[in-house]
Amino acid sequence: MNTLSNQVNVPVAAPESEEVSVETIRARRRRRIVVNSLRVLILVVIIGGWQLLTSVGKPPLIDPFFWGQPSGIWQQIVTWVTQGTAQGPLWQQIAVTLEEAILGFVIGVVLGVIFGVVLGRNRFLADVLSPYIKAANSIPRVTLAPLFVIGLGLGFQSKVALAVVLVFFVVFFNAFQGVREVDRNLLANAQILGASQRRLSTEVIIPSALTWILASLHTSFSFALVGAVVGEFLGATQGIGLMIQNAGANFNANGVFAAMVILAAVALITEVLITALENRLVRWRPNTVSEVTI
Amino acid sequence: MNNSLPMKDVSTGTQNAPDQGTYAIELRDVTKRFLTPAGKAYTAIRDINMAVAPGEFVAVVGPTGCGKSTTLGLISGLERPSAGEVEVMGEPVQGIDPRIGYVFQADAVFPWKNVLNNVATGPLFRGQPKAQALERAHDWIARVGLTGFEDRYPHQLSGGMRKRVALAQTFINEPQILLMDEPFSALDVQTRTLMEDELLNLWSSLKASVVFVTHDLEEAISLADHVCVLTAGPATVKGIYTIDLPRPRKVGEIRFEPRFVQLYQQIWEDLRDEVVISYERAKQRGDQ
Repeated sequence: MNTLSNQVNVPVAAPESEEVSVETIRARRRRRIVVNSLRVLILVVIIGGWQLLTSVGKPPLIDPFFWGQPSGIWQQIVTWVTQGTAQGPLWQQIAVTLEEAILGFVIGVVLGVIFGVVLGRNRFLADVLSPYIKAANSIPRVTLAPLFVIGLGLGFQSKVALAVVLVFFVVFFNAFQGVREVDRNLLANAQILGASQRRLSTEVIIPSALTWILASLHTSFSFALVGAVVGEFLGATQGIGLMIQNAGANFNANGVFAAMVILAAVALITEVLITALENRLVRWRPNTVSEVTI
Repeated sequence: MNNSLPMKDVSTGTQNAPDQGTYAIELRDVTKRFLTPAGKAYTAIRDINMAVAPGEFVAVVGPTGCGKSTTLGLISGLERPSAGEVEVMGEPVQGIDPRIGYVFQADAVFPWKNVLNNVATGPLFRGQPKAQALERAHDWIARVGLTGFEDRYPHQLSGGMRKRVALAQTFINEPQILLMDEPFSALDVQTRTLMEDELLNLWSSLKASVVFVTHDLEEAISLADHVCVLTAGPATVKGIYTIDLPRPRKVGEIRFEPRFVQLYQQIWEDLRDEVVISYERAKQRGDQ
């Protein structure tokens, strides 16, 4: 048995590989600087060009009244931050929309995972229900928004409901597929090792499908935001969607863009949080994937 | 295919068994048919008769895709026979028997569990207290030479190390019957020889009955007490050979012994015909 333990190689960094790695690190750093500079350059060209084309010339090449202007958008944001919006302070609008989106997101994810795992494990039920699920999925679900307003009123419930419906299908299909893709060898192995049906679900199927489920969370949170905002378009007393709606009705192009910028910032922050959650939950995965993400 | 088994060397497990009916594993006229996706019946194995005495190491060889793995599936209880009887420890197989261990061809360790938790999986599934399960897992990790790697995840290990995890994961349950489905076929030749020696070591301390499926005749002869040759699919037993090489064996050296070469030639005569048939069929399927 001793001979066997000797055969296991403890990884030791080879000394000659260090020089190479210094080279590689330097090259990588140089590349990163170039990439970041180019990114900034693109931003400057787009915003600067936009500003230039909407301000130089008489009349300017692009009419800022219809297409907005970066400086105007910035001013609008500053006004909202310092003086609040027509419906109240800015943070309150963000909080309302975020609350609707998060609530819809959580409910949609939980329902999606439950249905996905149950149908993924039960072939019979999946066969029976599949035409209805496909039909429901093919409906553009934003069109349900007026129904929710009729049924649930102008309060936050109708927005949450729309977010739930949008999130549910994304998560459901991924969870379902994830369960279907569970390695048959892993299942057989767990059964041989003595797993009960319940432990098969909790210790093999769900961890295995987790990669799929987590991948769906990225898209599905933006769907939740869409649900909340579209719900607010149709009638609300507060929220970013209402701000966009008001700005549009008042021909305030800068206002529409400013609200979009705020929404984008919110979406980016949540995206970072979801990625952090993902990295925590699937630590066991080889981290080659993270290098692909932009 | 004739059913009177042409046994070349008739000392099967049957004669080694202490008494009639006390085989660790017994297959009687077992047939397994599958339904293909096209709706046709496909016979994987037909009228297989085989017996393994307690503590005996039997290797099953046959051409690729002839139904070797199906045999293991039937013994483990993961699959049910279409006809015939499969008995383990004198009782018909009904569901998965806790006395059985199974090492799979592909990686079947859980990628989201580290080495320690992977090895402890069996005892935990079987309801042992966590502290005790982890203690035993540490012990088995040491026995397969992976001390210091407890908190690594499978993707951080080499193929050989992952196999060691799989062996520890199986052996920790102290199976009385060990089923192995080409467990080392994905490893390079050197690692493979090491793992084969390791397996013999572990087996000699456990004294389990082993059914070891492989397409590699050399591996079969090096490890087993009996080599069972299957025909090209649908598989049935073509012949069973007794390997009278002395134990303990060193897998890396035994293949140079004259008796080994003799046995190899003798069994290969039998196996070659089946391999040719299987190859011709595969070629025909490819031509169509």
